[in-house]
Amino acid sequence: MAEEYRHIGKATPRKDARDIVTGKAKYIDDIKLPKMLYGKVLRSPYPHANIKNIGTSKAGAYPGVKAVLTYKNAPEWKSGTPSHRRVLSKTVRFVGDAVALVAAETKEIAMEALELIDVEYERLPAVYDTEEAVKPDAPQLYSEFPGNVFSRGCRMFGLKTLQEIVMGDVERGFREADIIAEGTCAYENIPNPLPPEPPGVIAFWEGLNQLTIWGASQSASMLRFTAQPYLKLADVRGISTQCGGSYGTKQDSLVLLGYAAALAKATGRPVKMYYTKEEHFNAFTLRLGSRIHAKVGIKKDGTVTAVSGEWLINTGASSEMAQGQVAVGCGEAQLMLRCPNWNLQPKVVGTNRNPSGVVRGFGGQELKSALIPILTVAMEKADLDPVEFFKKNFVKAGDGYYWRDGNWWVYRGVDYSKTMEKGAEVFGWKDKWMGWYKPTAVDGMKRRGVGVGLHGNADVGEDESEAYVKLNPDSTAVLHACVSESGMGQRSSLCKMVAEVLNLPLDHVHITPPDTLVNPFDFGLAGSRGTYTIGSAVIEAAEDAKRKLFKLAAPILSAKPEDLETKDGLIYMRDNVEKAIPWRRATGLTRTCTGQGRFERDFSLSNFMMIYAEVEVDVGTGKAELIRIVAATDCGQIIDPFALEGQLHGSLGSAGIDTALFEESVLDKTTGHILSGNMMDYKWRTFLDLPEFQNVILETPIPSHRFKAIGVGEIATAPGPSAVLMAICNAIGRKITDYPVTPAKILKALGKI
Amino acid sequence: MKTRKIARGEFRRSANNDGTFGGLKDSVSHKPSGTAHKNEKYTINIKVNGQPYELKIGNKLDEVGPSHTLVYTLRETLGLTGTKVGCDQGACGACTVLMDGKAILSCMTLTVECDGKSITTVEGIEDTKTGELHPLQQAFIDNTAFQCGFCTPGIIMSSKALLDKNPSPTEQDVKQALAGHYCRCISHYLVIRAVMEAAGKRR
Repeated sequence: MAEEYRHIGKATPRKDARDIVTGKAKYIDDIKLPKMLYGKVLRSPYPHANIKNIGTSKAGAYPGVKAVLTYKNAPEWKSGTPSHRRVLSKTVRFVGDAVALVAAETKEIAMEALELIDVEYERLPAVYDTEEAVKPDAPQLYSEFPGNVFSRGCRMFGLKTLQEIVMGDVERGFREADIIAEGTCAYENIPNPLPPEPPGVIAFWEGLNQLTIWGASQSASMLRFTAQPYLKLADVRGISTQCGGSYGTKQDSLVLLGYAAALAKATGRPVKMYYTKEEHFNAFTLRLGSRIHAKVGIKKDGTVTAVSGEWLINTGASSEMAQGQVAVGCGEAQLMLRCPNWNLQPKVVGTNRNPSGVVRGFGGQELKSALIPILTVAMEKADLDPVEFFKKNFVKAGDGYYWRDGNWWVYRGVDYSKTMEKGAEVFGWKDKWMGWYKPTAVDGMKRRGVGVGLHGNADVGEDESEAYVKLNPDSTAVLHACVSESGMGQRSSLCKMVAEVLNLPLDHVHITPPDTLVNPFDFGLAGSRGTYTIGSAVIEAAEDAKRKLFKLAAPILSAKPEDLETKDGLIYMRDNVEKAIPWRRATGLTRTCTGQGRFERDFSLSNFMMIYAEVEVDVGTGKAELIRIVAATDCGQIIDPFALEGQLHGSLGSAGIDTALFEESVLDKTTGHILSGNMMDYKWRTFLDLPEFQNVILETPIPSHRFKAIGVGEIATAPGPSAVLMAICNAIGRKITDYPVTPAKILKALGKI
Repeated sequence: MKTRKIARGEFRRSANNDGTFGGLKDSVSHKPSGTAHKNEKYTINIKVNGQPYELKIGNKLDEVGPSHTLVYTLRETLGLTGTKVGCDQGACGACTVLMDGKAILSCMTLTVECDGKSITTVEGIEDTKTGELHPLQQAFIDNTAFQCGFCTPGIIMSSKALLDKNPSPTEQDVKQALAGHYCRCISHYLVIRAVMEAAGKRR
C-alpha cells in the first residue's frame, strides 16, 4: 500500500496550465528581440555534390540582407560524433543539406535573397543502403570515415563507452542451446518524430565570447554543454522557451544553433532560426535506421544461451550521437535478455539522406524493433509464450550488465514479472494468445492477432543533477533546477516534491526559468532521469533547506532541530503543535535559507514498460488496424496521475507504435528526396483513429527514492513497434520482418500480390 | 467600442528606410501602392476578440499585404501569438481560430478576405467581465488535457466551435470535430475527456 501524501500522487493542475490554455505560454516563435534578424538556409537539391562555384553578391546587395555565409566564410565549427559536420561545407551530403545562410530584416527578405544565390554543383554518386555503403567501391561521404563507417566512441559517455556486447563464449552458448534461430530484421522506415512545433533557436553574442541561446529545447543545459565544445568554448548561456514537443529531437538543435550563432556573429545582432515544416521533415532529426543479422540460441524452457550478430545502424549523412544510441541500446538489450554469451557488433554507417539523431527510445527502440522479431523465431520453434519468455529473461536483482559507460552494473531494482502479469490479465492475453502465427479470431476477411513488446532503461539514474531550494521569509520556496518544459509536466512534478518535503501548499513553490545562468548543473530531461535523478537532487535540496531552517528556529523554540516540523509556513515542535512560529521568525525578514542537493549517476535501476497490442487485419485489402493497447508499467510511486497517463499514451506518437503500421519517411532512392515530407503525405494518427487504450500502473516502492518513485520517462514508444509486428504476423499466419507493415507487404506475405 | 487604428509609429521594426518590405514592393503586382492611396476604402475592418481593427492594405510593415495570411496578421501585425503555426500548409490544425463562430484554418485564409469578419482566438474566450476561464479552458486544466501545449489553442477553438453548435456532443462528435488536429504527444484521450466534461458542465 502506497504511503499517503499531501501532493504526491494527487492530480494537480500543471503550473503552466493557465498560460497554455489562454495562449500566453511563450514558444520560440512567439519571442522577438529588439533588432532581431531572421536566418534562412539555402538547401541542396542533390543528395551528394561538390559546390563548384557559389555567387552571393546579388544576395548580399539585396535590401534588408545583413549577412550571407557560405563554406568560404562560415566559422570552422564542427558538430557530430566524433565532430565532422561543418556549419557549411563545400560538399553537400543529402537533399536539404545546407549550402548557404542568409540573415535579413524579415523572413521574407531572407527567403527572397536565397533565390539570388548562384550555385554550380558537381554531382557525385549517392548511396542510401548500409550494406551498399560499406562496399569498397561505394561513394564516400567523409574522408575521415573510410568505408562510410563512423568511428566508435561517444565523448559524452566517457572513454569506455559501450560500443558492442561481447561477453562469455558464444560458441559454447550455441552448443548448449536446444534451439538456434537465425534471421535478419530491418527497422529502417526512418520515421520523423515530428514535434508539432518546428525546431527553432535565437542566438545573440555579447562581450568578447558570450553567447545567449534561446531554444525550443527539451534541455536548457544541453544548449550550453553541447554548444560549448562546438563553438570553441564560447561562454554559452542556454535558455529554454516553452517547447512545443521534442521527444528527444530538440535537446540542443545543435545544427541550427550553429547557423544562428554564425549569423549572429557575422551581423552583431540577435538571429532567429525557425525551421518551416518542410525543413523539419527534410533537414531535421529522423530515427536511426536499424538492421540486424543475428543468431540466437535458447533452451526449450526459454533460457537464452547465446546471441551473436551484426547491427547495422544507418545514421544518414551525419552522426549526431548514434554511437551514444548504440551504447544505450546495447545496455538495454542486456536488460531484456539475461544471457551470459554475447557477441553483437554494431556498425554506424553514413548514407546520403537527412541525418538521424537523438529520438525518444534512444537506440533501444531501434535495436529492439529489429532484434525481437529474430528472437520470436526461436520462441516459435520452442513453442514458447512470449510473455513467459520475457518474464524469464528480463533483468532480475543480482544480474549484471554493461551499461553505456562500459562499466559492469549489478541490478538492484524490481522484478517486473508482476507488471507483465498484471498487463496480461487486463489485456486478456491468456484468452487471446493462440500460439505462434495463429489468429485470435477470424471473422470473414478480418483476422485478429495479438503481440507483446517491452522496454526498460537504466538511464533513470543517468548523469548528475544539482538543485537548490531557497526558502523565503514569506513561507514560499523557490526551486532552482535547470528543467525545461517540453510536455512532461516535470517542472510541476518537481515543485510537488518540494511542496511535499516542506509541507507547503503547491502554489507556494516556484521554479526558476530553465536558464543555465541562474541554475546549478543539470543535464535536463534526457534519458528517463526526471523523476529519479533530478527528483532525488531536488528532494535533497528541500531536505537540506528544511534542516537549515530548523537550525535557525531551534533556539527560538527552545528545541532541538530534529524535534521540529513545518507545515504551511509554520514551524513547531512535533509534540507541541500549539507553540508555532512562522518561517520569518526563524529567518528574519532579510534572510533566505538555501539548501543544496546533488545526485550522482547510478545505473543499477531500470524502469519498465510492456505493451500488449491487438490488431485486426483485413486479408482482402491488407489493411491492419490497431484495435487495442494495454500499456503496463511500474512507476514505483505516481507523482502526477495525468502527467503519467499522458506519458504512456505518448507511445502512439513521436515515431512510436505507428512506425509498425504506417509512419515512414519514404526515400526516393533515385533522387534522394523524401517523398512524404509534408503533413499530408506523412501518415499520422488522428482523433478518429484512436485504439482503445488502457494503462496498467503498478506502484512497487523503490526504497532509494524519498517518495519511492522511479518514473517512466522516455521508454513508452519503444515496446510498441515489435508488439504490433508480432500481432500482425499472428493475425495473418505469416512472418514479416520489416517495417512499416503496409497493406502491400501484408498482401505480399499472403501471396496475393 | 473604440476602433483601434494601427498607426505606423506603433511598429518598432522596419525593413528598409522607407518602411517597405524589401523586395515585396516589386514582387507583388496587384497591390495598391501604400503611398499613393491613403484612401479609406483600401482598408479592412475586422473584429478580433471583440476589438474592432481598421487595417490598411499595403506593403508597409503595419499594413496588410495581399499575401498575408490571417495567422500572420494575428501574430505579426496584431501581436496575438496565442494562435500557433504548425505546418503553415493547412494540415495540422494548430492555427485554428473562429471566423463568425466557425472554426477555420488561419494559415489558409488571406487577411484581405476577412473584411467585415469577426475573429475569435484563444486569447478571447475568457469571460471578459468576470475574468473567468471558458469552461473548455478550465476542463483542459482540470484534466491536464495537453502535454507540450502547442496544439492546444487550436484544439480548444475547434472544441468551442463544436460546443457552440452542439452542446451535447457524443465522443464520436468530438473525435470528428478534432480529426484535423495534429497532437504528437498523444493527449487525445484526455482532450476527449475534457471536452465531454466541459459540455456536461455547460448543460
